[in-house]
Amino acid sequence: MLGRTANGLYWMFRYIERAENIARLVDAGLRVSLTSAGSSDEDWHGVLESAGVREAYSEVHDKMTAADAVDYLLRDRTNLSSVMSCIEAGRNNARMVRTALTRETWEATNEAWIDLKARMSRKLKAADLPELIGVIKHRCGLIRGAFHGSMLRNEIYNFARIGTFIERADNTARILDVKYYVLLPSVSQVGSALDNFQWESILRSVSAHRSYGWVYDGEYQAANIADMLILQVQMPRSLAYCYEKIVSNLRYLSEDYGGERLTAHDTADAIRTMLKRGSVTEIMDQGLHEFLEDFVYRNNQLSAEISDGYRFYQ
Amino acid sequence: MLTAENLPRPPYKDYHEWYAAQDTAHLIRKTQDAENIFRKTGITFAVYGHADSSEKLIPFDIIPRIISAREWRKLAQGIEQRVLALNAFLDDIYHKQEIIKAGRIPRELIERNVAFLPEMIGFKPPGGVYTHIVGTDIVRTGEDQFYVLEDNARTPSGVSYMLENRETMMQMFPELFTLNKVQRVEDYPRLLRQSLAAVAPPGCKGKPRVAVLTPGIYNSAYYEHSFLADQMGVELVEGSDLRVLDGKVQMRTTRGYEAIDVLYRRVDDDFLDPLTFRSDSALGVPGIMDVYRAGNITIANAPGTGISDDKAIYSYMPEIVEFYTGRKALLENVPTWRCSEPDSLQYVLDNIADLVIKEVHGSGGYGMLVGPTATKKERADFADKLRAKPGNYIAQPTLALSTVPIFVNKGVAPRHVDLRPYVLVSDKVKIIPGGLTRVALKQGSLVVNSSQGGGTKDTWVLED
Repeated sequence: MLGRTANGLYWMFRYIERAENIARLVDAGLRVSLTSAGSSDEDWHGVLESAGVREAYSEVHDKMTAADAVDYLLRDRTNLSSVMSCIEAGRNNARMVRTALTRETWEATNEAWIDLKARMSRKLKAADLPELIGVIKHRCGLIRGAFHGSMLRNEIYNFARIGTFIERADNTARILDVKYYVLLPSVSQVGSALDNFQWESILRSVSAHRSYGWVYDGEYQAANIADMLILQVQMPRSLAYCYEKIVSNLRYLSEDYGGERLTAHDTADAIRTMLKRGSVTEIMDQGLHEFLEDFVYRNNQLSAEISDGYRFYQ
Repeated sequence: MLTAENLPRPPYKDYHEWYAAQDTAHLIRKTQDAENIFRKTGITFAVYGHADSSEKLIPFDIIPRIISAREWRKLAQGIEQRVLALNAFLDDIYHKQEIIKAGRIPRELIERNVAFLPEMIGFKPPGGVYTHIVGTDIVRTGEDQFYVLEDNARTPSGVSYMLENRETMMQMFPELFTLNKVQRVEDYPRLLRQSLAAVAPPGCKGKPRVAVLTPGIYNSAYYEHSFLADQMGVELVEGSDLRVLDGKVQMRTTRGYEAIDVLYRRVDDDFLDPLTFRSDSALGVPGIMDVYRAGNITIANAPGTGISDDKAIYSYMPEIVEFYTGRKALLENVPTWRCSEPDSLQYVLDNIADLVIKEVHGSGGYGMLVGPTATKKERADFADKLRAKPGNYIAQPTLALSTVPIFVNKGVAPRHVDLRPYVLVSDKVKIIPGGLTRVALKQGSLVVNSSQGGGTKDTWVLED
């Protein structure tokens, strides 16, 4: 496969994943603003921070308002991480690698772009947001479904999957890091109403507010929430799950390439082992924020090693 | 579709019967269905110079253009003769130049032409083929009367529309294909791959590795490039994927560099090799011309083929065909005045209202004047341009083009069309029965270019 094609597949799926995650973040943010505990526009700071665009936002907007923040996150083309920018970048990458995609996958991607572009061509009304967010998730789900149902399990599939999980791991780590302080043992001894609400918002932004109950039997506890998002292998957006997938897809590539192992393989294995053996207590002792910061750094490092190792660029 | 007596022309007989039984509202819905299919599949093109760089659809007309087997055979013979002459002409021009020595074509017309590449002098491309893919633009003026408008011998585009139009018609009106025996066009990608593999360089061992070179996703014909690569099952590469290593053109893969034997390039000559041609080109491959001249890669079409479809050369085509095939040209040329000749210039200026005037090096329907539909001021402005640089222009009469029916909301209406059949040249010549029919959608208009509001329709060549 061309190095450029591997790169295109990798980024196509990173962007689609990012679009969906941003939609989830906005969803959680809207939920917060409906709840009495946090109805101030200030809450959007945290959402923008999780999306990694807080500074960029303040360059174009003087004030923080819910409407501006939502617009910036969903449809602003100057925001390279807005849902619309991500869908467009994902679709451009899909066009570039079109010969590697099944017709179903391409059409699901192209139709997502056509539909969302039409829906977001005008300023958004608050009343339309729940439906729009539903459509974004639905469209991303269709792309993923078409991809799963129709693609050969070969190197094309592996590069696409690696892109998905590198992006997802990055997103989950950032979501946690923005709210890490509400998970610290010192401030969350007692499950106050405020804590409960903050925690639920974290879980909601990774679509885990329901599954949490199944895994941890109800009551919100800071340590359990951290455990679920970092170490719980059954949770499809946890760091541990992402690394199971990254490692297995890298292993398939290595087998396919006659046993060739790159630096990326060692890096991914090391991160996976760390997540497999780690415990929440250790992580909290080491410092949650430091842990997450280090994780994001190593995740990026791995991404660069994959680009180099598989000749994505010149 | 109908003769003067209001009867369907013979090839349209079965279609006409079917059409008469259709409900107009149903056909309007089908037209919308077709548009959805095209949009969903992403069969779009980019119009350059539009502020909104979004992708446009080429309007598709649901009424097929139907050609009888007999008329097609005649046309195909003429095209084959012409394509063979083009290749012989190119070989001669870049070697012995006998046609110049024989005084049939002025030397300066060739050697001062920007499309003539001195780099190709004395070089024989693998298999001796210059134009592997040709799209000859043809108009019909009446029964068995065809004129060649242009020989597209560089990188003719549009073949994906020929294929997608057929695909769409078969999806929407399957019953029509049992009523009519239509010759297949679907084999084109397979034939193209065979044809390209057949002209691999002599040093190529084993199965030749073919790739399609595209300028990238922002090119107006990108859809076609990816479509053809996909249908042929070969890599779609960009300049940045390629480099010259160990005397071969190689592409960067996730496993390392791999050599390419045949490159179907959809990048113009100028941009092909920054070391030889335009040094600012980022679309090509530095050093590819050296590899080519050393016989280690086939480039299709060969660089320098533009000299054969240049509008200034066009007017000499009847002589060219006769010179190399020893027979009169089977297909006619549209009478052409070369404005570089003073008598012709005077004639053109006197009759500007009746003529179509084209820039010698222009394409895509830009930079031309359609006398009969132009305003007085447009004609006067164009006359100034003509006087300033007469050598830049040729003029042709507007032919009494035959029309074909298109579907409009009120039913059928006549429109002007042209036809671009596709020809593959390797050790043999293969003409795909059908082609791209382009329609001037505006009533009375003669301009069929998609960049100027033209549409397309499926083209049927019936079996005997």
